[in-house]
Amino acid sequence: MKNKESTLVQDEKALDDMIDRMEKAVSEDFKNDPDFVLIGIRTRGVTLAQRLQAMIKARTRKEPPLGILDITLYRDDLSTLAKHPIVRPTTLPFDVDDKKIVLVDDVLYTGRTVRAALDQIVDFGRPALVKLAVLIDRGLREYPIQPDYTGLALETNPRQLVQVRLREIDGDEKVLLLELKG
Amino acid sequence: MKFRHKHLLGLEDLTREEIELILENATGFKEIFTRSIKKVPTLRGKTVVNLFYENSTRTRTSFEIAAKRLSADVINFNVSTSSVQKGESLLDTARTIEALGADIIIMRHSCPGAHQLLARHINASFINAGDGPHEHPTQGLLDAFTIKEKLGGFEGLNVVILGDITHSRVARSNIWALTKLGANITIAGPSTLLPKPFEKLGVRISTDLKEAIQNADVINLLRIQLERQRKNLFPSIREYRLLYGLTQERLKWAKKNVLIMHPGPINRGVEISQEVADGKHSVITQQVTNGVAVRMAVLYLLSGGDEA
Repeated sequence: MKNKESTLVQDEKALDDMIDRMEKAVSEDFKNDPDFVLIGIRTRGVTLAQRLQAMIKARTRKEPPLGILDITLYRDDLSTLAKHPIVRPTTLPFDVDDKKIVLVDDVLYTGRTVRAALDQIVDFGRPALVKLAVLIDRGLREYPIQPDYTGLALETNPRQLVQVRLREIDGDEKVLLLELKG
Repeated sequence: MKFRHKHLLGLEDLTREEIELILENATGFKEIFTRSIKKVPTLRGKTVVNLFYENSTRTRTSFEIAAKRLSADVINFNVSTSSVQKGESLLDTARTIEALGADIIIMRHSCPGAHQLLARHINASFINAGDGPHEHPTQGLLDAFTIKEKLGGFEGLNVVILGDITHSRVARSNIWALTKLGANITIAGPSTLLPKPFEKLGVRISTDLKEAIQNADVINLLRIQLERQRKNLFPSIREYRLLYGLTQERLKWAKKNVLIMHPGPINRGVEISQEVADGKHSVITQQVTNGVAVRMAVLYLLSGGDEA
């Protein structure tokens, strides 16, 4: 599938505002309950979670522990995919039992990634609760999974690709909507 | 990048990038060993069969654990109590196993090329766990992974493989992997056990232990394989040990932080002394652990489909 055209839907300032709003919402929700943890889904979910962690620490002086989840081995499409993604380590520097977890990812689409993440988390222990924070909710869900904190909801169709670019990984900051050919 | 192979028959067939891909994935798999539930659902519902015509403890168990950690169903086919004893052919045995539903067959056989033969007739994926003296690809990969883990890379590294090279599939697989990855290989041992044509593979040959292991970053020791030799290719075990056995004293000829490796099982007091085997340079037990991670990576990469 080749990219045809890309549209800038959110620039750097808009992206910053979104993440700011997300952090405020999370901090507000947990203001009486500061013992929660963040888990970022590789790869950009981790970058987002790291930013949220830093912002929460700056605001509340308390730094929530951060876990890194690689959901590759829990995907539901490995036996059909010809090209397998590289498996990277998962690091959860805390016991999952009884924890309040905020799961973080950049784009929520079909919901299958979050399903995989939940199955994986549950193999590590029994959390008290899991909430979902996503930067972009692009709709078109295939599973009954909804976010608790959203930066922006976008209406998209399956021939489009939502690309979140973050400076730590991509060198710049923006959200692009790409039209795919084929 | 895509791992474009249906089987893993040898490292000679792999590109440098493909080998690096396996090693990169192995790191991710190794992390699973630190979890309290050492299991992921990746190969759930897949059937993996260990078909070992030759003895093995290490390799077979390692593959079994690797497949089980990926949630596959594992069958250990016991050749000695099977109809092979009634004269059933290799091909018929493999066809039967496939008909019973095997997705991946891990085979060790004394005949080089046995896997190639089966791969032409059977639909399952094959992993070569050793075919005579030809190749033992997962051993080559786990040796490379161990070197990468301990020393960071391969370019310009001096690796010495010491022992019975002629009969060694471990040596051959190591040579393929490490030359592709950019290391300098020396094969060393008695001249009767060193195949001269190997010079064409780009390796240095030496019959003098001191000269061979000078400046070595890695020394990979091979067991003197008594069961493979039909002729006396060296006068005695004692003489081998005197000339080529690696002792604590001789270790000083190599680099200060030299890694000592051995595919196992070791002959204590023959190719390797007790002190060296249990000493701080030895990574022999880490090799075994790494073997499971590497085999998980191989099973993972072979289990794909055709969709882009």
